[in-house]
Amino acid sequence: MPGIKEKVHPARLHHLQPAEGAAGRDEAQHVQDPKRAIRHVRLEGLNAFYGSQQAVRDVNLSFEPACVTGIIGPSGCGKSTLVRCINRMHEEIAGARSEGRVLLGEIDLHGDDVDVVAVRRFVGMVFQKPNPFPTMSIFGNVASGLRFTGTPRDEISDRVREALQGAGLWEEVKNRLSTSGLSLSGGQQQRLCIARALAVEPQVLLMDEPCSALDPIATLKIEELIGELKDRVTIALVTHNMQQAARVADTTAFMLDGELIEVDSTERMFTNPSDQRTEQYVTGKYG
Amino acid sequence: MTVSDNGLSQRDLFTSGVGNLRRRHFVNRALEITAWVGAVVAVGTLALVIGSVLMKGASSLNLRFLTTPTDPFGTGGGISNAIIGTGILVAVATAIAVPLGILIAIYTSELAGPRAAFTIRYVLDVLNGVPTIIVGIFIFGLMVVGHQQSGLAGSVALTIVMLPLVARSSHEVLTLVPGTVREAAMALGASKWRTVLTVVVPTAFSGMITGSLLAVARAAGETAPLLFTTSIFPNLVQTNLAQALPNIPVTIFQFSESPDPAKHAQAWAAALVLIAFVLLINVIARTFLARSRRQLGPGGR
Repeated sequence: MPGIKEKVHPARLHHLQPAEGAAGRDEAQHVQDPKRAIRHVRLEGLNAFYGSQQAVRDVNLSFEPACVTGIIGPSGCGKSTLVRCINRMHEEIAGARSEGRVLLGEIDLHGDDVDVVAVRRFVGMVFQKPNPFPTMSIFGNVASGLRFTGTPRDEISDRVREALQGAGLWEEVKNRLSTSGLSLSGGQQQRLCIARALAVEPQVLLMDEPCSALDPIATLKIEELIGELKDRVTIALVTHNMQQAARVADTTAFMLDGELIEVDSTERMFTNPSDQRTEQYVTGKYG
Repeated sequence: MTVSDNGLSQRDLFTSGVGNLRRRHFVNRALEITAWVGAVVAVGTLALVIGSVLMKGASSLNLRFLTTPTDPFGTGGGISNAIIGTGILVAVATAIAVPLGILIAIYTSELAGPRAAFTIRYVLDVLNGVPTIIVGIFIFGLMVVGHQQSGLAGSVALTIVMLPLVARSSHEVLTLVPGTVREAAMALGASKWRTVLTVVVPTAFSGMITGSLLAVARAAGETAPLLFTTSIFPNLVQTNLAQALPNIPVTIFQFSESPDPAKHAQAWAAALVLIAFVLLINVIARTFLARSRRQLGPGGR
């Protein structure tokens, strides 16, 4: 698969195995635009469990390239669990497991011989609370993912700069790259975490309520950033803030009790949803 | 002034005119005083110990006391042999106990399942509670009977005293490292051991140093583990671990058992040296604790 993106060396893909049967269905799109194909995430019959408790029930959902897909729903509806299945962080929790397929392009990320490290190279994640590594500098934080994945040393400083520029943080920190990541404000820390995720050049970025610990101005900056990033990475945005979904998501999915109730263009979801439960939620009747 | 149904004015509700309010004031005051007395007892005891050691020991403490070995026949000598011996004993014990204790802590907090982790922590707590004289007898039976007393046997006995302290305190600090930081590393594609080594351990490092230093301070003053293992030593500087090493705690004991009152004064001076060392270690441990708090505390998120 040459030309996916200049910097993604084909050798890095060799752990990822094509899923049986997926290739044919996706072929038309794949031929048209190979760059976009690997940014396309499809969940097929996804179930996720914590022990015997089921958190996600038979979800089929597609995350389109160059799109922000918002996932809304009341607390505990399974929206975080859903996105954590995409980069396989769900299985890190003791007793947690999942069933079904998560396709990135034509590759099943849950396949038996797929390397979880490779999955996380292609699917980055930003968490609810800014979580820079406390002992590392600003530079060290952004470089950490590159070091984990064995990027050649002479490439690191350029990639760090690019990532910080991509996260809109470069101008604010370029003169203090060696200071602790903790010296930044909450909003800056979250953009640092976004830069850290971008540095390994993922094709998909999962954002799990990235603004819930931030003030309105920092939130606005992150939302603007999401708009700028969507051409580079496919974005899955979990949010409990419906206004945020309305502002930044192109497509919005509504979940309730682990089930995907409805998914549609954001405009339709908020003005004319087809399911009564969606309408009740977006109009604030419950949740 | 408005008067309510039960005949109290509004003002009465805000002054101690109401019986219940007065009683609460009294209970509050009594508890404050009790806590204050407790604090005074704690601080006072430490002040008394240090004060009496200082008064009785300061007269015999001088540079010569610190730099010459013990004089078996008079009070012309000092305790340099005991200072060097204790230094070696504690250094060797630290070199074994700290890496081992930290490895145990990494296992119990990062790798072990909940049941194994609980069992190991429980065992460590029991080990911590074993009287140190029993540790001494155990090592005596293991390493001294059939051989001879040795510095190594003393160090191993001190290691057993230090190990649970290092392992338990390191475990506590490792569990304070926020789970979100571990998640961040995993989500960037770091393997489990890479996460532990490059993110979790560095974050907890200052705290682990604090715990280790407190264990060093504790080991430096332990007497019972050394009584059977390294207490019959010559009055000269000794650095060979295969032979019994002179050390401060046993020297204090021997001096204080001497019929010569001048030796008693030297025992106090040796005690002063030991207390000063322990206090110094504690102060250093405090500074690492402050750094650890910055990295792990609520401001650290």
